[in-house]
Amino acid sequence: MSLHDAFTTALLAPEPACPDGLFSSNGADPGSRFAVYRNNVHSSLIQALATAYPVTAQLVGDAFFRAMAGLYVQACPPDSPLISEYGGTLASFIEGFEPAASVPYLADIARLERLRVRAYHAADTEPLDSQAVIGQLQGRTDLGQLRLQLHPSVSTLTSPYAVVAVWAAHQAEGAIASLNPWHAQSALVLRQGLEVKVFAIDSGSVAFINSLQHGTGLQRAVAEALDASAEFDLHQCLSLLISHQAITHLHIEHKVSP
Amino acid sequence: MMTLSSLQTVSLAQVPGLPPRVGLGLKNEHFIEVLETSPDIGFFEVHAENYMVAGGPFHHYLGLIRERYPLSLHGVGLSIGGEGPLNREHLARLAKLIERYQPHSFSEHLAWSSHGPVFLNDLLPLAYDVATLNRVCEHVDHVQSALKRPMLLENPSTYLQFQRSTLDETDFISEIIRRTGCGLLLDVNNAYVSCINHQRDPQAYIDALPLQAVGEIHLAGFAEDTDSLGDRLLIDDHGAPIDNAVWQLYKQVLARTGPVATLIERDHQVPAFNRLMAEAQQAQWHLSQVTP
Repeated sequence: MSLHDAFTTALLAPEPACPDGLFSSNGADPGSRFAVYRNNVHSSLIQALATAYPVTAQLVGDAFFRAMAGLYVQACPPDSPLISEYGGTLASFIEGFEPAASVPYLADIARLERLRVRAYHAADTEPLDSQAVIGQLQGRTDLGQLRLQLHPSVSTLTSPYAVVAVWAAHQAEGAIASLNPWHAQSALVLRQGLEVKVFAIDSGSVAFINSLQHGTGLQRAVAEALDASAEFDLHQCLSLLISHQAITHLHIEHKVSP
Repeated sequence: MMTLSSLQTVSLAQVPGLPPRVGLGLKNEHFIEVLETSPDIGFFEVHAENYMVAGGPFHHYLGLIRERYPLSLHGVGLSIGGEGPLNREHLARLAKLIERYQPHSFSEHLAWSSHGPVFLNDLLPLAYDVATLNRVCEHVDHVQSALKRPMLLENPSTYLQFQRSTLDETDFISEIIRRTGCGLLLDVNNAYVSCINHQRDPQAYIDALPLQAVGEIHLAGFAEDTDSLGDRLLIDDHGAPIDNAVWQLYKQVLARTGPVATLIERDHQVPAFNRLMAEAQQAQWHLSQVTP
C-alpha cells in the first residue's frame, strides 16, 4: 500500500483513522492533526452538494442532508477535479437511502436540481430570433421534414410527483402549506440568456422535446408526442420553446440513402 | 512522460507576468458589482476548475472582467504531488482556458489531491524525500511543457509531518525551482500556518526560500484550533481577515523581494466586496512602501 493509498483510505473512512508514518513536531497525537484533512475533504464535498442541491436539502433539513451527503461522499467520492459535476449520482443514492424513504419525491427533486446545474453551465449557443423562427415555420410547405435544434441547456424530467410545484414552492417564502406533491408532473429545464428556468410541461411535450433532441423531424416528433399524450398541443409547446429562445437551428431533414 | 533531461530543451514562452499590485480572488457573488463599479484593483485571480464548464454565466462574466483587468489563473485540481502521472485531460482543459483568457500567470500547489480514480478536493501534504522531489519536478516540467509557459508553485499549509521526509520543505521547494525553472507563489499565510503548526520560525522559513523566484504573493486568513496537546493548530481556511502576524511577515517579505503582485484570498464567509477592497488597500499601502 502506497502512502497515498493509505491517506485516501483513511480520509474516506467512516470513522476517524490515521495513516502510519506521520508525526507532529510537538509530539501531539498525529490523529488529532490528520483530522483536519479528513474534515476538509468531508466538509468541502458536503458543502459542494449542499450548494448544488438547495431544495433537496431544505426538504429534509440541513442536519439530515449533511449526514446523508457525508455517507454519499464516502460511498461515491468525486472522480474528477471538476466539482461542479460532483453529485451526478446523488439522486440514485437517495432512492436507495432508507432513512429518506418518507420523502418519496426527494430523489426527483435532486434530479431536477442536477438538470438546473447542467443548464447553468451548458454550452453557449446563439438562439434564433423568435420572429425568424415563427416566419420560417409559417412560410414552409415541407414543415414535417424540418428539424429543430434545441439549446444545449434544454432537458426534461418526468416524475410521478409534482416536482416542479415542490421545487417552485421552495423558491419563495411561505405558500408551501397548500402544496399537493402527489400527482405526476414533468419538467422542462433551460437557460435563457444567463438565467436557468423551470417549467411544468405535459408528457406529450416531454416526448416532443426528447424527439427533437434525437434529431427527429417535426412530423415524427409530433406523432411521438401524440402517442405519449393525445392532448399534446403543438402550438403551445412550440410557443414555450420559441418564447424562451430554446431553438438554435432550423434545417431540413436529409433522408439517408440505404 | 517528460524526463528531467528534457528540461533544458523546453522553451517557455514569455508571458507578461502579473503587475506588482494587489489583486482579489474573483467570487461569482461579486461579478456584477465588479462590472458596475470597476474597482481600482491590480488584477483578479480565479480558480481554474470553476471555469472548466462549457458556457453560461461564469464564462460570460469572466470574459467581461478579463477585458478590463489582468488575470491570474490559479489551479486547485492538478495534483502535482500525485503518485501517478498527471491527468492529461485536465492539462488539456487548462491549456484551453489559458488559450481563451490569456492569463498573466498560471499557478498551482505543492500538494496532491487525486489518487487513482478519486479526487479528494483538498490540498494534501507530501513527504519530502528524493523520490517525491524527482516526481514533482517531472510533473512541473510536464505542466510547463503542456502549457508552454512557466508556472508558479505555491508553498503549502500543512498540519502533519512525515517520518519519511529527509529534506526541509524550503530545500525541497528551492530544488524544484532550481531544476524546473518554475516560479514561487509565496503564500505568506501558508508559511505562517505551517511554521506555527511545526514549531518553526516563520522568518527563518521565509529566509530559506529562493525569494528571487517569487512571482506572486498570497495573503489570507486562518482559523484556529488545538491539537491533542492543546497546542495551537492553525487551519488555512481562507475564511477570515488576514491576521496581524501575517501582515508583519508580509512586510518583511516585501522588504526582501520589492513590490510583487499580491493576492487577497477569501473563499469562505465571503464578506461584502468593499470589505475585501479595504484589505486590498491595506496591502497596496504596504506595497507602496517598498522600492522596486
